[in-house]
Amino acid sequence: MSLFRTILFVAALAGIGTGLVGAGLHLLTTVPLILKAETFEQAEAAAPAHDHANATAQAAGAQESAAHEHDSEAWAPADGFERNGLTLLFTVLTGFGFALLLVSASEIAGGLQNWHQGVIWGLAGFAVFTLAPGLGLPPELPAMPAGDLAARQLWWVGTAAATAGGLALLAFGRSPLLAVAGVALIVAPQLIGAPQPDSYETAIPEALHHRFVVASVAVSFVFWALLGGLAGWLRPRLAAPAA
Amino acid sequence: MTTRNGLNLAASHDSLAARAVAITFAALIGVVVLGGVGFSHVSAMHNATHDVRHANAFPCH
Repeated sequence: MSLFRTILFVAALAGIGTGLVGAGLHLLTTVPLILKAETFEQAEAAAPAHDHANATAQAAGAQESAAHEHDSEAWAPADGFERNGLTLLFTVLTGFGFALLLVSASEIAGGLQNWHQGVIWGLAGFAVFTLAPGLGLPPELPAMPAGDLAARQLWWVGTAAATAGGLALLAFGRSPLLAVAGVALIVAPQLIGAPQPDSYETAIPEALHHRFVVASVAVSFVFWALLGGLAGWLRPRLAAPAA
Repeated sequence: MTTRNGLNLAASHDSLAARAVAITFAALIGVVVLGGVGFSHVSAMHNATHDVRHANAFPCH
């Protein structure tokens, strides 16, 4: 089997398996917290003058008000089956996308030999795509204040890329000088700092946000360990016919 | 053809250049998929992926 097809098949199978498990975990943990946060968001939208006494009374009419930056003209899924079905679909696609990056990167180093090696690569993915961007931009709930979207996306991508490059220098660099450069590359985006909002004021209780951060990071950890482990287990099996 | 420049090519008969092209294209597909799910500014796409973006800590609205 050609290398391209091997990467594609390994990533697709690992992505589907991990996406299904990850979506199940998200629907049980993070999604209920997102829905709860939206009740605060709607109450806040209904009472822009922070008149909390009227907030609940007006919450019923909040559907009409423009909740944060959602375009009310645009299509949106209906709550329940449609919305959760899309979460399942897009978590599987997220798994496929991250698996393509993980398997591609590991092929540069010769390819995953077993599930154990895959888990190590998965932990690197967790560090690159969850821990490093999450230090500056922790998981956030709807209605929480945030800096400019494009600036945050740029910082997120730059931080993930720098962390991946830094880890590669640490793991595969042949001199201590390269290891020092790797550490510098990992620390640099954190020194630059993520774009922050003008004000941190929010209607979301801190306890709710804390539970969400813990749930999001914990599910992400399981996601990456499983994604790497599955990819490492599949790769020798699918690449074998070419040998 | 087991090693060249320290890379293990044992699992494949492809040349180094062919491997580089395959790896690059596969990674690019990954970037496009993640770009659509996590970063697209199209409103309908944002609404469809809303919970996934929040749950996975992609920057969202």
